[in-house]
Amino acid sequence: MSVNYGSHRTVVGAHYGMRDWLSQRVTAVLMALFTVVLLAQVIFSKGPVGYELWSGIFAAQWMKTLTFVVLLSLFYHAWVGMRNVFMDYVKPYAVRFVFHVFAIAWLTGCTGWAIQVLWRL
Amino acid sequence: MSDTATSPTKSRPEFRNIEFANLRTLRWPVASLASGMHRVSGAIMFFLMPFIIWMFDTSISSEISFARFTATFDTGMWGLPGFLWKLAVLGLIWAYLHHFIAGLRHLWMDTHHAQVSKEFGRQTAITVLVLTLSLTVILGAKLFGLY
Repeated sequence: MSVNYGSHRTVVGAHYGMRDWLSQRVTAVLMALFTVVLLAQVIFSKGPVGYELWSGIFAAQWMKTLTFVVLLSLFYHAWVGMRNVFMDYVKPYAVRFVFHVFAIAWLTGCTGWAIQVLWRL
Repeated sequence: MSDTATSPTKSRPEFRNIEFANLRTLRWPVASLASGMHRVSGAIMFFLMPFIIWMFDTSISSEISFARFTATFDTGMWGLPGFLWKLAVLGLIWAYLHHFIAGLRHLWMDTHHAQVSKEFGRQTAITVLVLTLSLTVILGAKLFGLY
Protein backbone atom coordinates (compact mmCIF):
# COMPACT_ATOMS: atom_id res chain seq x y z
CA MET A 1 0.00 0.00 0.00
CA SER A 2 1.41 3.38 -0.87
CA VAL A 3 0.25 6.80 0.25
CA ASN A 4 1.17 9.93 -1.65
CA TYR A 5 2.11 13.13 0.09
CA GLY A 6 2.18 15.94 -2.47
CA SER A 7 3.10 15.21 -6.06
CA HIS A 8 6.72 14.10 -5.67
CA ARG A 9 7.00 11.73 -2.78
CA THR A 10 5.65 8.23 -2.61
CA VAL A 11 5.87 6.72 0.83
CA VAL A 12 6.29 3.00 0.33
CA GLY A 13 7.73 1.93 3.65
CA ALA A 14 11.20 3.44 3.66
CA HIS A 15 10.06 5.46 6.70
CA TYR A 16 11.91 8.57 5.43
CA GLY A 17 13.94 8.86 8.61
CA MET A 18 10.94 8.46 10.90
CA ARG A 19 12.32 5.39 12.68
CA ASP A 20 15.65 7.03 13.56
CA TRP A 21 14.01 10.33 14.46
CA LEU A 22 11.53 8.65 16.78
CA SER A 23 13.95 6.15 18.33
CA GLN A 24 16.39 8.96 19.12
CA ARG A 25 13.65 10.67 21.12
CA VAL A 26 12.40 7.53 22.82
CA THR A 27 15.94 6.56 23.87
CA ALA A 28 16.51 10.15 25.06
CA VAL A 29 13.47 9.96 27.35
CA LEU A 30 14.64 6.58 28.69
CA MET A 31 18.10 7.96 29.50
CA ALA A 32 16.63 11.09 31.08
CA LEU A 33 14.39 8.98 33.34
CA PHE A 34 17.38 6.79 34.22
CA THR A 35 19.35 9.91 35.19
CA VAL A 36 16.57 10.96 37.56
CA VAL A 37 16.31 7.46 39.08
CA LEU A 38 20.10 7.27 39.60
CA LEU A 39 20.35 10.79 41.03
CA ALA A 40 17.45 10.15 43.41
CA GLN A 41 19.22 7.09 44.81
CA VAL A 42 22.39 9.09 45.47
CA ILE A 43 20.65 12.18 46.86
CA PHE A 44 18.19 10.34 49.14
CA SER A 45 20.83 7.97 50.52
CA LYS A 46 21.93 8.00 54.13
CA GLY A 47 25.58 8.16 55.14
CA PRO A 48 28.66 9.00 53.09
CA VAL A 49 28.70 8.39 49.33
CA GLY A 50 31.45 5.79 49.07
CA TYR A 51 32.07 2.47 47.38
CA GLU A 52 29.43 0.55 49.36
CA LEU A 53 26.60 2.89 48.44
CA TRP A 54 27.65 3.47 44.83
CA SER A 55 28.20 -0.18 43.89
CA GLY A 56 25.11 -1.16 45.88
CA ILE A 57 22.94 0.96 43.62
CA PHE A 58 24.01 -1.01 40.55
CA ALA A 59 24.01 -4.37 42.35
CA ALA A 60 20.20 -4.44 42.65
CA GLN A 61 18.74 -6.67 39.94
CA TRP A 62 16.10 -4.16 38.78
CA MET A 63 18.78 -1.46 38.47
CA LYS A 64 21.06 -3.80 36.51
CA THR A 65 18.28 -4.59 34.08
CA LEU A 66 17.34 -0.92 33.74
CA THR A 67 20.99 0.08 33.23
CA PHE A 68 21.33 -2.61 30.56
CA VAL A 69 18.37 -1.21 28.64
CA VAL A 70 19.76 2.32 29.01
CA LEU A 71 23.18 1.23 27.70
CA LEU A 72 21.55 -0.18 24.56
CA SER A 73 19.52 3.04 24.26
CA LEU A 74 22.73 5.06 24.55
CA PHE A 75 24.33 2.98 21.81
CA TYR A 76 21.48 3.58 19.36
CA HIS A 77 20.98 7.23 20.35
CA ALA A 78 24.66 8.02 19.83
CA TRP A 79 24.67 6.16 16.51
CA VAL A 80 21.78 8.22 15.15
CA GLY A 81 23.40 11.45 16.40
CA MET A 82 26.88 10.76 15.06
CA ARG A 83 25.42 9.57 11.75
CA ASN A 84 23.54 12.88 11.44
CA VAL A 85 26.70 14.84 12.19
CA PHE A 86 28.77 12.84 9.69
CA MET A 87 26.08 13.17 7.01
CA ASP A 88 26.09 16.96 7.50
CA TYR A 89 29.82 17.65 7.56
CA VAL A 90 31.56 14.75 5.81
CA LYS A 91 30.62 14.94 2.14
CA PRO A 92 32.88 12.45 0.28
CA TYR A 93 31.09 9.11 0.43
CA ALA A 94 34.26 7.06 0.96
CA VAL A 95 35.35 9.14 3.96
CA ARG A 96 31.82 9.18 5.37
CA PHE A 97 31.63 5.41 5.03
CA VAL A 98 34.87 5.01 7.02
CA PHE A 99 33.51 7.38 9.73
CA HIS A 100 30.26 5.41 9.92
CA VAL A 101 32.09 2.12 10.28
CA PHE A 102 34.32 3.67 12.94
CA ALA A 103 31.29 4.95 14.88
CA ILE A 104 29.61 1.55 14.82
CA ALA A 105 32.79 -0.25 15.92
CA TRP A 106 33.50 2.35 18.63
CA LEU A 107 29.96 2.22 20.02
CA THR A 108 29.70 -1.57 19.88
CA GLY A 109 33.04 -1.91 21.70
CA CYS A 110 32.11 0.65 24.36
CA THR A 111 28.68 -0.91 24.91
CA GLY A 112 30.21 -4.38 25.26
CA TRP A 113 32.71 -3.15 27.83
CA ALA A 114 30.03 -1.32 29.82
CA ILE A 115 27.74 -4.37 29.83
CA GLN A 116 30.63 -6.59 30.96
CA VAL A 117 31.31 -4.22 33.88
CA LEU A 118 27.62 -4.19 34.76
CA TRP A 119 26.91 -7.93 34.68
CA ARG A 120 29.98 -9.05 36.61
CA LEU A 121 29.04 -6.86 39.58
CA MET B 1 1.40 38.41 -9.50
CA SER B 2 3.51 40.75 -7.46
CA ASP B 3 7.20 40.26 -7.85
CA THR B 4 8.12 41.37 -4.34
CA ALA B 5 7.83 37.82 -3.06
CA THR B 6 10.14 36.38 -5.69
CA SER B 7 12.73 39.12 -6.21
CA PRO B 8 16.00 38.13 -4.54
CA THR B 9 17.58 40.35 -1.94
CA LYS B 10 21.09 40.97 -3.09
CA SER B 11 23.43 41.33 -0.15
CA ARG B 12 22.36 38.40 1.99
CA PRO B 13 24.44 35.26 1.64
CA GLU B 14 22.47 32.05 1.41
CA PHE B 15 23.49 28.79 2.99
CA ARG B 16 21.77 25.72 1.64
CA ASN B 17 23.69 22.60 2.51
CA ILE B 18 25.97 23.60 5.33
CA GLU B 19 29.60 22.67 4.88
CA PHE B 20 32.04 22.34 7.73
CA ALA B 21 33.92 25.42 6.46
CA ASN B 22 30.73 27.54 6.75
CA LEU B 23 30.59 27.11 10.52
CA ARG B 24 33.11 29.93 11.08
CA THR B 25 31.43 32.50 8.87
CA LEU B 26 27.82 31.81 9.89
CA ARG B 27 26.04 34.21 12.18
CA TRP B 28 25.46 32.53 15.55
CA PRO B 29 22.27 33.79 17.18
CA VAL B 30 21.72 32.27 20.62
CA ALA B 31 19.31 29.56 19.39
CA SER B 32 21.81 28.20 16.88
CA LEU B 33 24.53 28.45 19.52
CA ALA B 34 22.48 26.19 21.80
CA SER B 35 21.90 23.84 18.86
CA GLY B 36 25.57 23.80 17.84
CA MET B 37 26.63 23.14 21.41
CA HIS B 38 24.13 20.27 21.54
CA ARG B 39 26.10 18.64 18.73
CA VAL B 40 29.49 19.49 20.22
CA SER B 41 28.49 18.16 23.66
CA GLY B 42 27.21 14.95 22.08
CA ALA B 43 30.45 14.49 20.14
CA ILE B 44 32.53 15.11 23.30
CA MET B 45 30.67 12.36 25.15
CA PHE B 46 30.98 10.06 22.11
CA PHE B 47 34.76 10.44 21.98
CA LEU B 48 35.26 10.34 25.76
CA MET B 49 33.02 7.27 26.14
CA PRO B 50 35.99 4.95 27.00
CA PHE B 51 36.92 7.35 29.83
CA ILE B 52 33.31 7.34 31.07
CA ILE B 53 33.19 3.52 31.06
CA TRP B 54 36.62 3.39 32.73
CA MET B 55 35.17 5.53 35.55
CA PHE B 56 32.10 3.29 35.71
CA ASP B 57 34.37 0.20 35.81
CA THR B 58 36.84 1.37 38.47
CA SER B 59 34.19 2.99 40.66
CA ILE B 60 31.90 -0.06 41.00
CA SER B 61 34.08 -3.17 40.45
CA SER B 62 35.84 -3.45 43.84
CA GLU B 63 37.11 -1.52 46.87
CA ILE B 64 40.61 -1.65 45.39
CA SER B 65 39.56 -0.31 42.00
CA PHE B 66 37.48 2.34 43.78
CA ALA B 67 40.64 3.48 45.58
CA ARG B 68 42.39 3.68 42.19
CA PHE B 69 39.43 5.70 40.90
CA THR B 70 39.66 8.30 43.67
CA ALA B 71 43.48 8.38 43.57
CA THR B 72 43.36 9.33 39.88
CA PHE B 73 41.65 12.59 40.76
CA ASP B 74 43.82 13.22 43.85
CA THR B 75 47.30 12.30 42.70
CA GLY B 76 46.88 11.69 38.96
CA MET B 77 47.41 8.85 36.48
CA TRP B 78 49.71 8.15 33.49
CA GLY B 79 51.92 11.11 34.49
CA LEU B 80 48.99 13.52 34.25
CA PRO B 81 48.14 15.39 37.48
CA GLY B 82 44.78 14.94 39.23
CA PHE B 83 43.42 18.36 38.31
CA LEU B 84 43.72 17.56 34.59
CA TRP B 85 41.55 14.48 35.10
CA LYS B 86 39.11 16.62 37.06
CA LEU B 87 39.10 19.08 34.18
CA ALA B 88 38.12 16.26 31.80
CA VAL B 89 35.30 15.34 34.18
CA LEU B 90 34.22 18.98 34.32
CA GLY B 91 34.06 18.95 30.51
CA LEU B 92 31.87 15.85 30.68
CA ILE B 93 29.66 17.44 33.35
CA TRP B 94 29.10 20.43 31.08
CA ALA B 95 28.50 18.21 28.05
CA TYR B 96 25.97 16.04 29.91
CA LEU B 97 24.11 19.02 31.41
CA HIS B 98 23.94 20.85 28.11
CA HIS B 99 22.91 17.77 26.13
CA PHE B 100 20.29 16.88 28.76
CA ILE B 101 18.73 20.33 29.15
CA ALA B 102 18.92 21.28 25.45
CA GLY B 103 17.47 17.83 24.71
CA LEU B 104 14.47 18.54 26.97
CA ARG B 105 13.99 21.77 25.00
CA HIS B 106 13.95 19.80 21.74
CA LEU B 107 11.45 17.29 23.16
CA TRP B 108 9.24 20.15 24.32
CA MET B 109 9.36 21.75 20.88
CA ASP B 110 8.56 18.41 19.21
CA THR B 111 5.43 18.00 21.30
CA HIS B 112 4.27 21.65 21.44
CA HIS B 113 4.44 22.87 17.85
CA ALA B 114 1.90 25.63 18.44
CA GLN B 115 4.17 27.35 20.97
CA VAL B 116 7.24 27.37 18.76
CA SER B 117 8.23 30.72 17.32
CA LYS B 118 11.46 32.60 16.65
CA GLU B 119 11.14 34.42 19.96
CA PHE B 120 10.29 31.21 21.85
CA GLY B 121 13.40 29.62 20.37
CA ARG B 122 15.55 32.55 21.51
CA GLN B 123 14.10 32.68 25.03
CA THR B 124 14.36 28.94 25.68
CA ALA B 125 17.89 28.85 24.24
CA ILE B 126 18.93 31.54 26.74
CA THR B 127 17.26 29.55 29.55
CA VAL B 128 19.19 26.43 28.48
CA LEU B 129 22.54 28.24 28.38
CA VAL B 130 22.05 30.02 31.71
CA LEU B 131 20.82 26.89 33.49
CA THR B 132 23.61 24.73 32.05
CA LEU B 133 26.43 27.15 32.80
CA SER B 134 25.29 27.89 36.38
CA LEU B 135 24.88 24.18 37.19
CA THR B 136 28.31 23.52 35.65
CA VAL B 137 29.85 26.23 37.85
CA ILE B 138 28.14 24.87 41.00
CA LEU B 139 29.15 21.24 40.32
CA GLY B 140 32.62 22.29 39.13
CA ALA B 141 33.22 24.17 42.40
CA LYS B 142 32.20 21.01 44.28
CA LEU B 143 34.47 18.88 42.08
CA PHE B 144 37.49 21.06 42.79
CA GLY B 145 36.69 21.17 46.52
CA LEU B 146 35.81 24.87 46.77
CA TYR B 147 33.00 24.04 49.21
